[in-house]
Amino acid sequence: MTAPYTDQFEAYASNGGGEGPAWLPTLRKRAFDRFSDLGFPTTRDEDWHFTSVTPIAERTFKALKPGPTTLTLSELRPWLVDESWHRLVFVNGQLEPALSQFTELPAAVQVSTLSEALREEPEWVEKHLGSLAAFDKAAFTALNTAFMQDGVVVRVPKSEVVDTPLHIVHVVDAQAEGAALHPRLVVVAEPLSQITLVESFVGLGKASYLMNAVAEVAVGNGARVDHYKVQRESTEAFHVGTTQVTQGRDSMYHSFSYAAGAALSRTNIYTRLAGEGGEARLNGMYMLDGVQHADHQTFVEHLAESCASRELYKGILDGSSHGVFNGKVYVDPIAQKTDGKQTNKALLLSDRARVDTKPQLEIFADDVKCTHGATIGRIDESALFYLQSRGIPLENAKALLTYAFAAEALETIEIDALRVELERGVFERFTHTRLE
Amino acid sequence: MSSSIETLVNKEYAYGFVTDIESDTIPRGLTEETIRAISAKKDEPEWLLDWRLKAFRRWLTMTEPHWPNVTYAPIDYQAQTYYSAPKSVKPLQSLDEVDPELLRTYEKLGISLTEQKRLSGVAVDAIFDSVSVGTTMKKELSAVGVVFCSFGEAVHSHPELVKKYLGSVVPYSDNFFAALNSAVFSDGSFVYVPKGVKCPLELSTYFRINAADTGQFERTLIVAEEGASVSYLEGCTAPKRATNQLHAAVVEIVALDDSSVKYSTVQNWYAGDENGVGGIYNFVTKRGKAFTNAKISWTQVETGSAITWKYPSVILQGDNSVGEFYSVAVVNNHQQADTGTKMIHIGKNTKSTIISKGISAGKGQNSYRGQVKVLPKAENARNYTQCDSMLIGNACGAHTFPYIEVANPTATLEHEASTSKIGEDQIFYCKSRGLNAEHAISLIVAGFCKEVFKELPMEFALEAQQLLGISLEGSVG
Repeated sequence: MTAPYTDQFEAYASNGGGEGPAWLPTLRKRAFDRFSDLGFPTTRDEDWHFTSVTPIAERTFKALKPGPTTLTLSELRPWLVDESWHRLVFVNGQLEPALSQFTELPAAVQVSTLSEALREEPEWVEKHLGSLAAFDKAAFTALNTAFMQDGVVVRVPKSEVVDTPLHIVHVVDAQAEGAALHPRLVVVAEPLSQITLVESFVGLGKASYLMNAVAEVAVGNGARVDHYKVQRESTEAFHVGTTQVTQGRDSMYHSFSYAAGAALSRTNIYTRLAGEGGEARLNGMYMLDGVQHADHQTFVEHLAESCASRELYKGILDGSSHGVFNGKVYVDPIAQKTDGKQTNKALLLSDRARVDTKPQLEIFADDVKCTHGATIGRIDESALFYLQSRGIPLENAKALLTYAFAAEALETIEIDALRVELERGVFERFTHTRLE
Repeated sequence: MSSSIETLVNKEYAYGFVTDIESDTIPRGLTEETIRAISAKKDEPEWLLDWRLKAFRRWLTMTEPHWPNVTYAPIDYQAQTYYSAPKSVKPLQSLDEVDPELLRTYEKLGISLTEQKRLSGVAVDAIFDSVSVGTTMKKELSAVGVVFCSFGEAVHSHPELVKKYLGSVVPYSDNFFAALNSAVFSDGSFVYVPKGVKCPLELSTYFRINAADTGQFERTLIVAEEGASVSYLEGCTAPKRATNQLHAAVVEIVALDDSSVKYSTVQNWYAGDENGVGGIYNFVTKRGKAFTNAKISWTQVETGSAITWKYPSVILQGDNSVGEFYSVAVVNNHQQADTGTKMIHIGKNTKSTIISKGISAGKGQNSYRGQVKVLPKAENARNYTQCDSMLIGNACGAHTFPYIEVANPTATLEHEASTSKIGEDQIFYCKSRGLNAEHAISLIVAGFCKEVFKELPMEFALEAQQLLGISLEGSVG
């Protein structure tokens, strides 16, 4: 299954992949060898028990050499959420300066493409690239490292606070049919700095491609990173996204993952609470229909004292869709006074929808408070009855309760514009009306 | 951790004596010959030998599973003895013929096969190493048609029932240890409750491993006919030995329409010493199949064994069937437990409840692993799961691995889990009321486990509570 990629890798290594500082081709080679050894995961792997990647493994996705795009800003507008944000737009994996705007950023904050950073600050990039995104056991991360084309490097210096969100938009259209894209994001928030990132994955039309994204986020002591991921890939596409975070003392990492697109998606969010007093908030929502499959996997490692983690993931499943949630909390022997809480709730709207949930706790310290809860069910009959008794028609009552179910998760989004946008999406989806 | 918890969790194992009794043991090792020898010793019919051999051939193709969250040195299956029986056991007419040394052993274990249980209204079947040494209260049971005897006896007295139900819930191909058990099982208990009969007595089996390097592979089969009901309890002990002994049992329960089976276990196999040397490997497959309106309830108190690995499960086959699992698992010193349950919802309106309480002390590692599966046809399935873990001391671990798989939207599932340390404020409060730390802890632990203990038959609930006190002894430093 990995064999078809060997030729591609050799071609790439002697071509674009061979560029950059000398350590880079070595890293790529190491990653590709690891990928060849690992192969694509199977459902026999405990972490992939409920998600079969056979549809990805049995195909050979091609490397993409994107041509010029005709995409205009007005075509892109429905996906931009707020046009006043700093913005980098990648079309089929390539930065489109005409659609982007990031010159207004505070001068000290460095935002550049990976290729640019590799030219200008190769040593800094070498230090951070791949330092968090381990690929020993992760085939998709290895594949990304071997083939990563371009991406974004963000460096927020000490005590710098970026008020306006930075929006990274990955747009894929018909040009990318049958292709694999491997974007990389490297974020380093130095001590006491703050930044809000929004990553959007947008599929235009019905193209079938593999989006295999990897993000590495280092949150320094006392720093805060808010990281939103909005996945609205084409419903024929495959999305695998891995975010690996490390957190310093008294830091905060807040993530929200929204998944509504792709035929098959897998989102991994792993964070290491490595300094005392750190906090991780991992929230998300998935809304599926048809034959969509979405899998979220979170892993919070409590490696220091007095850290807190909070997780809330909610799923709405319609059609024959399949939702998977796999959340793991690990508490190291030294991580006393850990406070961990994890909740996963799924709402089933159709007879054929399926849910698999596996919340796990692995605890090696005794002075801890850890809980997890999971519920799965359909719309509460008594709540429906109550609304009907108040004269609300059945369909409206259902839509209202579904919207309310989603709202609990969406409320954790701290950027108003994004929250309103996603709430609108849920509302329109279930009321079949368009809001102006 | 205060030293009082530590002392509390470390009381010596009281059942670690060895009985010096002549035994009839077959040579070590496992081949087809071993199986033929076991079968011949038990004078088994041809079909049972064939079944054993089929299981053995299947076992040879299987590999030992290593997914549980436990670690142990490899088991040498050829170094074990697969059959050991007290020599004096001949077909017994009455308990008076039982070797007095053996009866004294059971007296020491607190199980008087004669008078005491008659007074307490419990029928006991005692299994010593590989064979059953005596079943009490037979007369009372046969008056209502209940069959309660050793498995070996049932093969001869009720072959049609054994043939019909053996392997019907846990087929010999089910898993590595079930296949091994099916090939070499020695004895066990057999219970048959006829249609509409409420078994008038609590049935109880006491298992004892005595011989060294002997694996115990008992096989228990319980069949409740339509509308029948029965409550069954098993207890287990073993001598202290520095080598690990393997215990791979299989329990099958068939609960036909409208019947109810309650199965309780107080497992106190030798757990090894404080350095983790010796102890029983308790690798057990327990499963029940509940037909329409039937109910199967598992209650377990797991305090012993170096390693416990078992998942008493219920296949909710029939509509309106009910499955329950109540568990207390305690690990101390170097004990490891990976235990939980499986509830497979197949019928409509099926209900399951899981209450699991894990207590970890010393260097113990305790994992709850459970599966709740709702199949597409299981309309209105309902599950409630609660797993709570308590940690005593900072060298132990508590882990939770629930698998929730739902393929029907009318299902309602709730899963809750919590982990916390034993409450300092609760200990402080108890101390302020004049209790010492040991009593305070056993009181708090008893409260933590109350939901499970209340499911046990009365006298065993008391025993379980004491057992818990003993196995936690010395865990507070």
